Amino acid sequence: MSDPTPILECKGLSVSYFTRAGEIPAVKDFDLTVLQGEAVGIVGESGCGKSTVAFAIMRYLGANGAIVDGELRFRGRDMLSMTADDLRDIRGARIAMIYQEPASALNPSMRIAEQLMEVPIHRDGASRAEARALALDVLADVKLPDPDRIMDAYPHQISGGQQQRVLIAMALISKPDLLLLDEPTTALDVTIEAGIVQLVKELSARHGMAMIYISHNLGLILETCDRVAVMYSGEVVEIGRVADVFEHMRHPYTQGLFASIPLPSSDRHARPLRPIPGQLPLPHRRPKGCNFAPRCSFAVAGRCDQDAVPMRQINGDGHEVRCVRWDEIDFQAANANEGISHVSPGPVVLEVDRMRKYYEIKDNSFAALIRGGAARYVRANEDISFTAREAETVAIVGESGCGKSTFAKVLMGLEQATAGEVRLHGKDISRLPIGQRSPEAVGILQMVFQNPFDTLNPSWAVGAQIARVVRKLGGETDAGRIRSRVLELLSLVKLPADVAHRRPRQLSGGEKQRIGIARAFAGNPALVVADEPVSALDVSVQAAVIGLLGEIQAGQRTTLLFISHDLSVVRYLSDRVVVMYLGHVVEQGSTDQVFRPPYHPYTEALLSAVPIADRSVSKRQIVLGGELPSALDPPAGCPFQARCPRRIDGLCDRDMPPRRELGAGHKILCHLGDDVLMEMAPVFAGAAD
Amino acid sequence: MDRPVGDQGAAADRTGLARAAASILLLRESPIAMLGLALVLFWVVVALVAPLLPLHDPNLPLTPFKKPLVEAKDGAVYWLGTDHKGRDMLARVIFGARQVLLWAGFATAVAYAFGIMMGVTAGYLGGWWDEVLSFVGNVLLSFPVMVLYIIIITYLGATGFNIVLAVTFASAPGIMRIVRGLVLDIKTRDYILAAETRGETPLYIMLVELLPNARGPLIVDACLRLGYTTVTIAMLGYLGLGLPPPDPDWGKMIAEAQPLGSFAGHMAVIPALAISSLVLGFNLLADGLREISLRD
Repeated sequence: MSDPTPILECKGLSVSYFTRAGEIPAVKDFDLTVLQGEAVGIVGESGCGKSTVAFAIMRYLGANGAIVDGELRFRGRDMLSMTADDLRDIRGARIAMIYQEPASALNPSMRIAEQLMEVPIHRDGASRAEARALALDVLADVKLPDPDRIMDAYPHQISGGQQQRVLIAMALISKPDLLLLDEPTTALDVTIEAGIVQLVKELSARHGMAMIYISHNLGLILETCDRVAVMYSGEVVEIGRVADVFEHMRHPYTQGLFASIPLPSSDRHARPLRPIPGQLPLPHRRPKGCNFAPRCSFAVAGRCDQDAVPMRQINGDGHEVRCVRWDEIDFQAANANEGISHVSPGPVVLEVDRMRKYYEIKDNSFAALIRGGAARYVRANEDISFTAREAETVAIVGESGCGKSTFAKVLMGLEQATAGEVRLHGKDISRLPIGQRSPEAVGILQMVFQNPFDTLNPSWAVGAQIARVVRKLGGETDAGRIRSRVLELLSLVKLPADVAHRRPRQLSGGEKQRIGIARAFAGNPALVVADEPVSALDVSVQAAVIGLLGEIQAGQRTTLLFISHDLSVVRYLSDRVVVMYLGHVVEQGSTDQVFRPPYHPYTEALLSAVPIADRSVSKRQIVLGGELPSALDPPAGCPFQARCPRRIDGLCDRDMPPRRELGAGHKILCHLGDDVLMEMAPVFAGAAD
Repeated sequence: MDRPVGDQGAAADRTGLARAAASILLLRESPIAMLGLALVLFWVVVALVAPLLPLHDPNLPLTPFKKPLVEAKDGAVYWLGTDHKGRDMLARVIFGARQVLLWAGFATAVAYAFGIMMGVTAGYLGGWWDEVLSFVGNVLLSFPVMVLYIIIITYLGATGFNIVLAVTFASAPGIMRIVRGLVLDIKTRDYILAAETRGETPLYIMLVELLPNARGPLIVDACLRLGYTTVTIAMLGYLGLGLPPPDPDWGKMIAEAQPLGSFAGHMAVIPALAISSLVLGFNLLADGLREISLRD
């Protein structure tokens, strides 16, 4: 274990891409040493160069990328002077990489077995029988149930979480010295992510291999790594042991990153978010001196904008920071920030009463004809009931496939409910398609969409797109008044007026999402549905958009239905929470009720799965087994029973649990006895709660 | 708050004209596109200024069978020679370009109008619209194109309008398929959903929200299709189904030269070169445009 030669050494590594616009310096002066058995995290926002580092380490930069300066050594051997043959021996065998999208990393036309056996057969000259035995071994290693079935499956026949486990197995099969993980769980649901993270931790402990874990999520880094490098605009700005960087961060960017992420263990009153102002500079237009200086509230003219800032030692444990003022800044003084004021909710705006949405699947096969029953149903929404009041934010939480987007479609009139009622201002709209709703009914119900790159039409200037909504939903016809309303809306979302003339591609993701919000509020809606409005944004921008959404909603006393899978954001923004699982509302109540015991066992697992970037908070580990059942064929009894760690055999797998009132509007769909519920310990323990 | 950075503002506030000029400048990045554009522009300019050029009347019989660049008895030089009836080949090729470009452009435009209407309707509305339109398209596509042309032209007569009709019948289903595919992709975007949730009519969504975003691949395809249509018009002329005489027609010029091939080769080679250079120009332009649009 104690081999003195580091596994990987990067010294002053600089990587550039050569494009139409000239040389783009993606990474500059990157130093990193990884010892045997060590797990190093690289964290940063999109565009900071963290994936480029991973590809540079593999010497796999594509046709237009090149390492322009520095040294790169693997086990003491210079990788920059290696031939293509030498590199082929190292890639995959000595350094293995795991990518973000498991579905596109596997070959869809080959069985898993063939893809796993390729490595030992072609590299090590193993026989098919040996290779198969080895493949079964590693599949058991990554804790896949029923390895024989997985071996014979094609990638599309297994779930995303299982695919990622197969890829980890594939990386392990040649027993690499270094494992590169590039956002390995970003495409997965939180409860699945928790399982993968646990697996990665176990494997690195057991096999003693070195790991580089790349992520934008500080919480994941805390859970998996020993050391962490924080990158900003192509440079490492701070590096050190996780304990040092998380508790005694010295760089203003690291500090800003921590201050801008919501934690599921505290709410907006206890810990208001502070977004980082400005945006990442373009790689070829970086400022002089410190890259972060233009966005830094501690920057001093004349010192921070002069020469390139070198890394400085803080302590003997390898804690280094790229800041000229590292020993002068008092972050505590800057921390004072007012909380968001509380808004008292008004009368009920939306009532959802036992709403059900089934999709019919017509089976025209010959077998179905003989059986007689030709139609099957996807039970997307089984039984949804809740209410939302004026000026209130209600979060709908659940993992993919829980039916939250289907519910939004019924609400918006894009789909019609199968049963039950959805009353907006007392009028049932559950079976009223959008085309039959009155213009007023359309105007009072608007939506903010998930993907900032899709939300605006790329062919038209953003001002024209907002103006269209003002004309259509505001009933305005006078050109001058439309223009002034557009400018008013732009200032509402804190964008300058000249943005109106721009095309969407000239705006950043955060700016596009602001335009999306402006558009939703253009018709003075009573209810706005926000479907994962910040999940595609970087954390520092996320905080600004969340803050803005909360501010506008409180100011206009709009009801906000906030659909999300991110419990940290939900805790921060919402007044009440509705937790969905497989088309059922399993728990609902005020945010405090849902985030504190007693929990529904699913809520409990969901909370435990959220990675928290705060070392003072400890949490109970509950890792769910199994996969989300299909809505086409839900399990008997309780929808959650197949994965529930608290299942009561003979009851939960037979009967649908009752909806129980736990007092003050806290409702839960569970068979567990009062004694069990009352004795539940909180998931989070620590300073913040 | 993430306020916009100044350098992005510089790119804003450009007028439509400036933006169009900028996209033409983009062509400079592809030598292939530039070569294609040069070939096409050469023919377009020549066709436009033909009446102003010091040319002979293309239909006036002068001295038959003069070879190119050979001085005639009267001292005049026929740069590209004369044909069997003694008409100046240079004038005939240039005035032929007017015919080809006019009818190829017109026919392609009409085919596009129908193809886009059908494709957007089938793609966006789906259901029965899609079933019926796709079926009609498949029936038309299953006809051998030549047979379709010959039927239409022999039944309805050889006029420019009927050539447009024939080309539309032959091309619109293919265009429909492309547009339908593009629309099926674009209609899943959130901005279409946003338009639906604010109660826009299907017609508005199809014309204003969907169609402008399909323009990239359609421009490339239109270039290719202009080339095909040029070939089609030449082919119809060659078969004697082209534009009525006596106006020059590249295809008919080749047909007239055929029996005299060994004796007056230039009569076939010159219009053939004209056709290939124009078609090559359209194809290279399409290739270059595709190359530029794929690059980042």
